[in-house]
Amino acid sequence: MEEQTPTPEPSLFQRMKHRLTPEGVPADDRGRMRMVMESLILHIHPAKVETSSMKWTYTWGLGGLSALLMAILGGTGIILINNYTPAAPQAYLDILEINSNVWFGELIRNLHHWSANLLIVVTVLHLIRVFVTGAYRPPRELNWLIGVAMLLLVIGANFTGYLLPWDQLAYWAITVGTSIISYVPLIGQWLSQLILGGPEVGANTLLNFYSMHISFIPLAIFGLMSYHFWRVRKDGGLTIPKSSKQIEDPKPERVTTIPNLTNREMIFALAWTAALLLFSMLVPAPLEGIANPALSPNPAKAPWYFMGLQELLLHFHPLVGAIIIPSIAIAGIFLLPFFDLNLKSVGVYFRSQRGRALTVLAIGIALIATPIWVLLDEYLLNWTLWLPTWDALISNGLIPLAVIALPLILLDDRIHKTFQADTEERVLFIATFLFTAFIVLTLIGIYFRGPGMSLYLPWNMPVVVH
Amino acid sequence: MTETSSPLSRRDFLKITWAFFGGVVALETAGVFLAYLQPRLAEGEFGSVITAGLVDDFPLNSVTHIPNGRFYIVRIGDGGFLAVYHRCTHLGCTVPWDSTTQKFVCPCHNSQFDQQGIVENPPAPRPLDLFALTIENGEIKVDTGDIIQRQTYDVAQVVYP
Repeated sequence: MEEQTPTPEPSLFQRMKHRLTPEGVPADDRGRMRMVMESLILHIHPAKVETSSMKWTYTWGLGGLSALLMAILGGTGIILINNYTPAAPQAYLDILEINSNVWFGELIRNLHHWSANLLIVVTVLHLIRVFVTGAYRPPRELNWLIGVAMLLLVIGANFTGYLLPWDQLAYWAITVGTSIISYVPLIGQWLSQLILGGPEVGANTLLNFYSMHISFIPLAIFGLMSYHFWRVRKDGGLTIPKSSKQIEDPKPERVTTIPNLTNREMIFALAWTAALLLFSMLVPAPLEGIANPALSPNPAKAPWYFMGLQELLLHFHPLVGAIIIPSIAIAGIFLLPFFDLNLKSVGVYFRSQRGRALTVLAIGIALIATPIWVLLDEYLLNWTLWLPTWDALISNGLIPLAVIALPLILLDDRIHKTFQADTEERVLFIATFLFTAFIVLTLIGIYFRGPGMSLYLPWNMPVVVH
Repeated sequence: MTETSSPLSRRDFLKITWAFFGGVVALETAGVFLAYLQPRLAEGEFGSVITAGLVDDFPLNSVTHIPNGRFYIVRIGDGGFLAVYHRCTHLGCTVPWDSTTQKFVCPCHNSQFDQQGIVENPPAPRPLDLFALTIENGEIKVDTGDIIQRQTYDVAQVVYP
């Protein structure tokens, strides 16, 4: 009896360790696949992935990078709240305090700032990748809509965050940005007052923006992000070119997610985190003098991602430049998967050989035509002067819009007739052209507009002392 | 039975009724939210009646900035007064008065306005807004809660002491 020592009862610590921590990664494929399926986080992935869908140069990891940036923004944002008061002028003083007296304060603010700016670039690139590979075609239309909605929310998060430092840069960028809202027909004035919490950017605006920035927008993004991931799986995972999948390789090579995909993701996330940290140590986030409602800087520019829009405002009546054109653009982006349907080229970059050529052509034409149009409109075209008795909405809005739309329609017709381009290639051509033009306008707004919003060469830009 | 021949079945009637009252509740909730979020104006700040000064403080043909009221007191050549909102009607920048060219010139998009606030150079779509101005016992009072939008200059906009 005494020889038969029973196995001792596991201690409390052993029981906790046994119940709460994973057993470690199983050695066999079956166990690893099971682990993916049974894990809350990991089961956003399938148990096995096709090697062709893991190629860096297919997705560029843009969706994953967006998610990583959201995580960094959430983490840095939550702790920034603790040293910030959403009141004028205390907000500005708090930022100075974060930058000078809070342990790691400047690093965390820089990390938040640069991650937020990078997020806009990365989500737009993600959208472009999905567009040029036709990865929004049935059954993925809904996920495209969710993605575009998230892009709008990301821009909203950036815009509301832009005001929070309460410096001159923030104050006037938000003043210019929100004034656009008052041009919405009928309800514009009312809507602008509601968002600003008064007739102009002030203490109420700061509180409104702060509450949107830290509650509604991040919650909405988090909810949609979860849904977005789930839909990727439900819609059959990443798009893979049908030709290579079915014709060349009837049984595509598949490997287990652990460790093939998870290791890649880990390396990718660590490399980007390191790069962001390094960048944030070296480059401080901008901060100008405290907001002064009586003194507009010259020039007063909107946040950089709205500079394309502000450039349009220099050429069109505000109703056309700020409301009609952006509304058509956003509606067009939402509707893309409903008239670009050809499933044959799903997953193929630029659809086809001809699509590739048309893309280069569209980029080339846009790169040349957009600056020429900006220069013409700046120095030669003056519709309001030529048509003094006409309403400015027509003379400075609808006529220049028609002047731009007409060549584009003719060009599309030419592509259709000369190159026998089909619908998907025409969609690719038009969208590439418009997007390139928008990027050119944004760059002109950022780098070529100086005092009085006149055109300057970047190396001749006069320095304005505020 | 007449029930079966009725164009609206009992099930449909209930569906429509539910949808109707559901819609009413949604609208009410939205209304409550919007009402709650309406801006509130504090007394004594921008948005209330501000005393700009005495009539005699402003020489003929002068433009005087009153920063806390966000307006200019413009006294035109014949002695009349205008209270001009200093916010550009284009995109909301604060428009400084340039005394050398005798114009309001917006630094943001180069809109230009004459002394009465009339557009001389777009992109501003309409003249600078006015505030309601009254003169009581030689004191100029400006109601900054009452923004007057206008399309043209009209003598009726000018207040005489």
